[in-house]
Amino acid sequence: MEIRKINSSVITDTVKKLFMDMNYFIGEDILTALKNAEETEISPTGKSVLAQLIENHKIAAEEEVPICQDTGMAVLFVEYGDKVVIENGSFEEAVQEGIRRAYIDGYLRKSVVTDPVFDRVNTKDNTPAIIYTSIVPGDKIKILAGCKGFGSENMSSIKMLTPSAGIEGVKKFILDTVKYAGPNPCPPVVVGVGIGGTFEKAAMLAKKATLRPIDTKNPNERYAALEEELLTEINKMGFGPAGLGGINTAIGVNIETFPTHIAGMPVAVNICCHAARHKETEI
Amino acid sequence: MKKINLPLTDDAINELKAGDSVLISGVMITGRDAAHKRLYELIEKNEELPVNIKGEVIYYVGPAPAKPGHAVGPAGPTSSYRMDKYTPALLDRGLKGMIGKGARNQEVIDSMIKNHVVYFAAIGGAAALISKSIKKVEVLAYEDLGTEAIYQFEVEDFPAIVAIDAQGNSVLAK
Repeated sequence: MEIRKINSSVITDTVKKLFMDMNYFIGEDILTALKNAEETEISPTGKSVLAQLIENHKIAAEEEVPICQDTGMAVLFVEYGDKVVIENGSFEEAVQEGIRRAYIDGYLRKSVVTDPVFDRVNTKDNTPAIIYTSIVPGDKIKILAGCKGFGSENMSSIKMLTPSAGIEGVKKFILDTVKYAGPNPCPPVVVGVGIGGTFEKAAMLAKKATLRPIDTKNPNERYAALEEELLTEINKMGFGPAGLGGINTAIGVNIETFPTHIAGMPVAVNICCHAARHKETEI
Repeated sequence: MKKINLPLTDDAINELKAGDSVLISGVMITGRDAAHKRLYELIEKNEELPVNIKGEVIYYVGPAPAKPGHAVGPAGPTSSYRMDKYTPALLDRGLKGMIGKGARNQEVIDSMIKNHVVYFAAIGGAAALISKSIKKVEVLAYEDLGTEAIYQFEVEDFPAIVAIDAQGNSVLAK
C-alpha cells in the first residue's frame, strides 16, 4: 500500500464538524430509545419528562444549539492507519485545533480547567481533548468520539474484583454503582461497562462502551444476555426519568471486554446521561 | 400546573408540595460550584456578599454561550449535591429557593426545614427547551468565572417540579 498524505486541516475540519454535529443532533439510537421509553413509561411525571427531552432534541436540531449546556470533555478513540502521513502539522495538534474551533465557533460550553486541584482556571477553548490512538494497518483514520458531561461522569466507578467474585460479583458491582448514582446522572442513563484488562484498560473499555450505539449488542451471546439482564434489573430500581420515579432508569447497557490476568477481574462502570452524544467518522 | 412568581413569599412556599409541577416567572440568580465556594468563604469570614441572596431563588447552572440573537445559550440544571457543602450557610443567610437536579443530603434538608426553603428540580439535559423561558440575562458577580459567574435570569414560565418542599417531603426516587 502507498503512503497517503493527509493535510492537517482536513483533520481539524473533520473533528470540528464531528463535535458540533454531535452536540446539536442526537443519534437515532438514543432518540428511538427515548420515544420507546415515553410509550412504556407508567409514571405520568416520567412520561412528561421524556416528552420534554424529545422536544428538547427537536429544538436543538432545528436551531443548531447544544442539546445540553454541558457539552462535555472531548474524548476520541482513533484508529490510525500506519500508511498515513500528516502534512503541515501534527495529528495531535490538528485534533486539538478542531476541538478549539468546534467549541468556540459552535457556541459550545468551555468546561475544561487547567490544573485539577490548585488553579482550576478555564482553558477557554475546551482543550485538551483526550485522545486514545491505536495504530492499525491501512491508509485511513477512523475516529470514534464522544463529548462526556460530568454529571454522569462523576457517578462512574471502578473495582478490582478478583476471580472468585464470579458473575454474581460483576452484576452486584454494576447494579450497586447505578443505584448509588440514583437520580443524579440524568436518567434514563446509558451504562457503559468494561470488564477485564488492567485497571486503566477496564476504564477505557467502559468509556468506549458508552460510545457504542445502544441498538447494538455485544457480539458474544453471553455478554449480550448480561446486557439485557442488567437493563431489566436497573429499570426495576424505580429512579425513572430525571430521577422523579418511573420504569425507565436506563435506556441501554453496553459491555465491552478484554482478556485479563489470572489473578484479576477488573470491572469499570462509566455512566452516561440520556444525552449520550457519540459519533463516528472515517478520513 | 401551578404558576408561581418570584420573589417567593412564605405563604407561596407553604403552598408548594413535593411533586407539584410549576411554571416560575420573575427574577432569579444563578450560581454553581466555583461561585458557591467563593460565597461560602465570604460567609465563613463574616463578610459582605457581592450579591443579595436574601429572599432569592438560586439556579444551579452554567449556561452554554448564547448564539447571536439568543438571550442565553442552552441552560439546564447541574447536579445539586455538589452544592450541599455550602448550602446550609446560604440558607441561614436568607436564600429561599434552589433549582437544580438530583438528590440533596440530610444537612441540606434539615436546613431547608429550619429556614423554610423549597428545592425545585428542573429537567437535566432539557437545556435548549429550558432556555426558551429565560428572557434576559445579566452578570451580577464573578464575571471572571465565565459560565460559572453569578448571573441574574429574568424568566417566564420556567418549568420545574417541587422536588423537596419546605416540610422536607421529597419526590426524588430513593
